Amino acid sequence: MSRRPLGFYVHVPFCATRCGYCDFNTYTAEELGAGASRSTYADTVISEIRWARSQVRDDRPVSTVFVGGGTPTLLGAGDLVRILDAIDAEFGLEPGAEVTTEANPDSVSPAMLQELRDGGFTRVSFGVQSLARHVLEVLERTHTPGRALEAIAEARAAGFAHVSADLIYATPGESDEDLAASVAAVLDAGVDHLSAYSLIVEDGTRLAARVRRGELPAPDDDVAADRYRIIDAMASAAGLEWYEVSNWARPGSECRHNLGYWSDADWWGAGPGAHGHLDGRRWWNLKHPAAYARALAEGQSPLAGEESVDDAGRALEQVMLGVRIRAGIPRAGLPDDAVAELAGEGLIEASGDRIVLTSSGRLLADAVVRRLTP
Amino acid sequence: MPAPQPGRTDPAVIRNFCIIAHIDHGKSTLADRMLQITGVVDDRQMRAQYLDRMDIERERGITIKSQAVRLPYRAQDGHDYVLNLIDTPGHVDFTYEVSRSLAACEGAVLLVDAAQGIEAQTLANLYLALENDLQIIPVLNKIDLPAAQPEKYAAELAHIIGCSPDDVLKVSAKTGEGVADLLEEVVRTIPAPIGDPDAPVRALIFDSVYDTYRGVVTYVRVIDGHVSTRERIQMMSTRAIHDLLEIGVISPEPVPSQGLGVGEVGYLITGVKDVRQSRVGDTVTLANKGATEALGGYRDPKPMVFSGLYPIDGSDYPALRDALDKLKLNDAALVYEPETSVALGFGFRCGFLGLLHLEIVRERLEREFNLDLISTAPNVVYRVIKDDGSEVTVTNPSEFPSGKVAEVYEPVVRSTILAPSDFVGTIMELCQARRGVLLGMDYLSQDRVELRYTLPLAEIVFDFFDQLKSRTKGYASLDYEPSGEQSADLVKVDILLHGDTVDAFSAIVHKDKAYAYGVAMTAKLRELIPRQQFEVPIQAAIGSRVIARETVRAIRKDVLAKCYGGDITRKRKLLEKQKEGKKRMKMVGRVEVPQEAFIAALSTGEETAAKK
Repeated sequence: MSRRPLGFYVHVPFCATRCGYCDFNTYTAEELGAGASRSTYADTVISEIRWARSQVRDDRPVSTVFVGGGTPTLLGAGDLVRILDAIDAEFGLEPGAEVTTEANPDSVSPAMLQELRDGGFTRVSFGVQSLARHVLEVLERTHTPGRALEAIAEARAAGFAHVSADLIYATPGESDEDLAASVAAVLDAGVDHLSAYSLIVEDGTRLAARVRRGELPAPDDDVAADRYRIIDAMASAAGLEWYEVSNWARPGSECRHNLGYWSDADWWGAGPGAHGHLDGRRWWNLKHPAAYARALAEGQSPLAGEESVDDAGRALEQVMLGVRIRAGIPRAGLPDDAVAELAGEGLIEASGDRIVLTSSGRLLADAVVRRLTP
Repeated sequence: MPAPQPGRTDPAVIRNFCIIAHIDHGKSTLADRMLQITGVVDDRQMRAQYLDRMDIERERGITIKSQAVRLPYRAQDGHDYVLNLIDTPGHVDFTYEVSRSLAACEGAVLLVDAAQGIEAQTLANLYLALENDLQIIPVLNKIDLPAAQPEKYAAELAHIIGCSPDDVLKVSAKTGEGVADLLEEVVRTIPAPIGDPDAPVRALIFDSVYDTYRGVVTYVRVIDGHVSTRERIQMMSTRAIHDLLEIGVISPEPVPSQGLGVGEVGYLITGVKDVRQSRVGDTVTLANKGATEALGGYRDPKPMVFSGLYPIDGSDYPALRDALDKLKLNDAALVYEPETSVALGFGFRCGFLGLLHLEIVRERLEREFNLDLISTAPNVVYRVIKDDGSEVTVTNPSEFPSGKVAEVYEPVVRSTILAPSDFVGTIMELCQARRGVLLGMDYLSQDRVELRYTLPLAEIVFDFFDQLKSRTKGYASLDYEPSGEQSADLVKVDILLHGDTVDAFSAIVHKDKAYAYGVAMTAKLRELIPRQQFEVPIQAAIGSRVIARETVRAIRKDVLAKCYGGDITRKRKLLEKQKEGKKRMKMVGRVEVPQEAFIAALSTGEETAAKK
């Protein structure tokens, strides 16, 4: 029986509007059919949680819960707390469990945040993205810069010790100063955790179409590298240390749920398109909320696919994921010549019997992985 | 009265002739009509371009290998004749093969499109025919076309061959109009072959073709004597002796006979498996009491243009070798030897008669043997005299001596360009830019002109023909023939990636063009080479002197920002794919270059040159 921590991811596939850069599995319609509408969705997910209980054949309590999306807060605090209660009822929440929800600054209020906190949520992660108005416009975000900072303050006032902000950098039109101002403002607002992602132009998005038509320049990797260094320097100066390639936290405030993804933990993924992992087996649910809901309503498995990762695949995964985090990966078993070369190039460094990415190495992590694996 | 039988045909009733025509001027269609009128192919069996055998020939509307068909024909005078139509290759690369086909004939039908007039290659072949003392029958084809100008082009033909415009026949091979009259003219004006039936056998090989089932089929024209079946024959150039397994005529399918006599045209099968043992231009005689003197005009085929052929998938190398071995059986002019390239891996350096020959070989390798190939930019053969007086023959730019060089000789050609006179200026400009020397210029008619230039072959193999066509709206035609060599101010430009020479991109160019080549190539590679973890200079250099430089900046970001639970499977598969791709990367020193970059750089060479 496995003793790895067990996490729970819950996907909420609804948004008020779709942002131009977004290719996530999310829908703006309120009605997506039986069991897949905003009003009935919580019950559908709860039915999956009950089914999950029959699938996980050990008695581990749940260590972490992460509700992501989409925009989970569109469901309202009541539904989110009901979902959390269902997980607790079926699996049991570990004492001190980390319970996060993602939130859009536009879709929260002080009362709602209070209700979430009282209902057992311990952490809120806000999709801030930027505090420069013209950057938010390119991203097609609906909130105003001021609202994002208010929401962070409201969460802290509601008693959340752990508040995170997501930022997107290297958006066309963003300057170094725009980015630095955004980072400074969210740090000042009192977040203890920061995630920052360079803008990726995903196929099939409105952003991709605008870049293709020449309306916007494509994001530049060199610019992204410069911006990354700005974020890293500012976060460190504010006492937030990097603990994963795109994540910084005050020591002790790292997101334990996400750390699980990078350190081979187990988790159940509930909701349409959600991925789960138990002991080397990965699976994913039907992507469309209606198809997903129908399967559960008919008492069938909502799975769309699965794979049992073979030894070579697992070895690759462990390097690919482990190298991204501050703890790094064990030195043993890695090819000596590649390790020596990468260290000589200043991309990795030794840390006890492990190797860890340097700041240059973090920007070239994929290349490091390719060179460290057969 | 029965038709004359092969082996027992009186030379007096034989007419051996060929059709000289430009691509698209209707030679194959005219041959089709002749097959129908003489009745050797009935309407039911008829198909377009009956005599063209290879798919490539039919698709491109050109003849690569020659054909000979025996047409029994009862003329209006009531007598039975035997017309041997010897089809000839129609491209500049195969001038030698054309000359041997012409040598097998007493007459030629000069077939010209009545809407377009004579083209340079046709003119060149006409001159060849006149040199061979052939009787010329001038014919304008496609007179049914609305754009036909028979009077104008009849005057042009009359001017060129010195006849009256009224002597020019007018036909439509498509509708058949005038073709019967043409056959009468063949009988009436083309001389019967003359030879000594009692002399030792001498037969001219004008083609040899490899057939999977029968081995090499050799096409011959008997000059003297009589060849019979079951005799032993000797090839006079190689002295090789073969048993004659079968002899016959093509009419239009092979028909075995007891023999072939003076003036007759037919085929021999000896069981040899390689066309090199049955060479075009060679003389066939008998092993016993054979002739002592060969017919004149034999030449070994000499490759003029070289290119490296590499399989895109390195594991196809053995398949490419087998394919070349097979193709060689049917192509006496193809030469190749193994070659290794840093950039492209294992392949072959191949020698060709010219660009079309290269293209045909490449296409046949890809089509008939299912190979994906990359070919390096074609180059010619250079003779390099080093400072110490020693001499090196360079068929691959990477073999160009690195030390001091006293002199470099490059092959030159005499070229003929025919075009409407409006384009004289633009043609002269092009030829001068390509280091051409004007030899002379003649007006064929009021608005058509013939320009004669000496040009370096290297300039022609680059993209000369494409340029000529585009600058003259497609009206100009080009022919050329080897004309020795000249000393020239040539240098080797190397392309270096991070200090290492990339052999596939080395080129021998004129000193004045070295800079342009270097700038174009480095700029192109900068676009194609992915960023590495370190800065990669791309340099063009002559010896140690750098003439152009570009830089691929070091990559600074190579990491996917997000890698959460739902991304892991996709991300792992992406990495696995990247690692697979990395295995296919070529290493030039420390620089990883995807093979696609080499392919793109080599295959877009002409485009860049055209933009200059």
